[in-house]
Amino acid sequence: MSTATRRDRTPDSHLFPTRPYDLVREFVIAAITMVVLTVALAAVFSSPDEHAITLSAWAKAAPADVVATATAELAGTTTSAGYGAPYNTAAEGQKLGPLALQKWAGVRIPVDSANDLVISPLRQAAAGDPTLTNALATWTSAPVAQQASWAGDYSDALTKAPDGDPAKVAAGSYGPVPQLAASYLSLARTGALQSELTSGAFYPTDQTKPLLLLADGAYLEDQARAEHLGGDQWGMMNETGNYPGQPWMWLYTFWYQIPPFSTSSNADALVWGVMAVLTLGLILLPFIPGLRALPRHLGVHKLIWRASR
Amino acid sequence: MSSADTGAVTGTETGSATGTDTGAPTGAATRSWTVRFRSWLTRAVPEGQWLPDRQPAYVRSWVYVFGVVTLAAFLVVLLSGLVLAVGGAAWWHVSRVGHFVNSTHLWSVQLFFFCMVIHLWGKFFMAAWRGKRALTWITGTVAFVGSIGTAFTGYLSQSNFDSQWISTQAKDGLNSIGVGAYFNVLNPGQMLLWHVMLLPLVVGILVVLHIVLVRRHGVVPPFDAEPPAPIHGVEAPDDGPAAAQASQVPGAQVPPLPAQQSAAAERSEVAR
Repeated sequence: MSTATRRDRTPDSHLFPTRPYDLVREFVIAAITMVVLTVALAAVFSSPDEHAITLSAWAKAAPADVVATATAELAGTTTSAGYGAPYNTAAEGQKLGPLALQKWAGVRIPVDSANDLVISPLRQAAAGDPTLTNALATWTSAPVAQQASWAGDYSDALTKAPDGDPAKVAAGSYGPVPQLAASYLSLARTGALQSELTSGAFYPTDQTKPLLLLADGAYLEDQARAEHLGGDQWGMMNETGNYPGQPWMWLYTFWYQIPPFSTSSNADALVWGVMAVLTLGLILLPFIPGLRALPRHLGVHKLIWRASR
Repeated sequence: MSSADTGAVTGTETGSATGTDTGAPTGAATRSWTVRFRSWLTRAVPEGQWLPDRQPAYVRSWVYVFGVVTLAAFLVVLLSGLVLAVGGAAWWHVSRVGHFVNSTHLWSVQLFFFCMVIHLWGKFFMAAWRGKRALTWITGTVAFVGSIGTAFTGYLSQSNFDSQWISTQAKDGLNSIGVGAYFNVLNPGQMLLWHVMLLPLVVGILVVLHIVLVRRHGVVPPFDAEPPAPIHGVEAPDDGPAAAQASQVPGAQVPPLPAQQSAAAERSEVAR
């Protein structure tokens, strides 16, 4: 007998013998049980709430990282500067086979990392600060190649300096970049950088620029890895502390742990492609020959219906 | 009275009688959207199947409980989320009561997923899509996927370190397939609205559809099970006292029953 024939022959459940059943009572008992379990778990285990990292806190805890990040933004070497869509056109972006979905979606959230994340906030803070005003004027009037050279050289020098300390950087031709980076650190320390990155909005709800900046630095990831939240630590399904995060995302997170996904520059697109296929397979399982017959052969149904047979 | 008025009155009266008696509109009633909608509802889930007080005798395993338990957990999730919404997005960071409510929201979500996954596996092992139940399976699995998205936006809406980290990591996956250009996980305002409005609405509608389909088609019978043959000349007792008396016979058997089964066993069958 074919699987299709078997499926078609499944009789109407309303034709079978019945027994008394109290649906409302079952639901009320289930609801009370869930409420009691929820309140008990909340009372015993509570929930995590690690404070968000403000840009001011970042500047105070890791000033060298802020300076290095601002310099790298000016040099165009950060992740966001070379990201591609939806922020800019600096890269082609990831592909799913021949499908350049990332690029096709376009630059819908434009972010020019050097100007939007560093120069623009500094310009807003430059009033009454002739040193910063001059540094900005020098930077703005320089050719793009000169800007890249200054920032690139200073970035390299910071890497070689002990602890990345700007005060210990070897002498060199860095143009206005050291001044810009130092002013940027001061601006971040005051807390003003946060609001300037959200366009000074009174009700800032879009944190795209502050988060891109924070992610371009090393501090955020260092804190996350300390909380076992790194990408290679099953981070997407974990939560800070020992709390359960999103264990239902285990399969999505799993692919990032194994080759070829763990080593591919197209890992995100590939994982999403695989998960799309698997999800469609789950949803359309009733129509997939072979797979739809699997439960009959697995035999677990004999445990479920053993009392009825 | 105008002809239009006459038509309206006639249609309503006819529709009421028709809808009540047979569930199928006829004549003037077919022009009434109300009657047609009521007839559609009646066909979708006939009276008596919304809140049944009887169920097939083969429904005996504890695994069946996880459907209604998942629904109960879902309501606790909604309730705790509603209380959080009353206090506002930042309330739980600054209030002990708010933090406790947030904890109930977190743990109710964990329980919801735990129960839903067991329910899903149980239905998989039963191949519960059999007997024209494919749409029931589809609405359930899409609700499962939608729930994952809803929970995900909840983690993004926490406005703490966890949401900072998750958003900066998750953006790469969504951007890689072009979704991030429209669904910006770095925008907590957008994520919060998706979390408290759009996705719960979608999941809620799917859950309602799923329950309607479950009630309409009933619980899938065991593999190869056959209902007892109908008894000619004996009226099906439906949900009446006769049915209750007949099916409360101790040791009621689930088909397939042999053709020569006893008359007593035959009397216990209920053709609904």
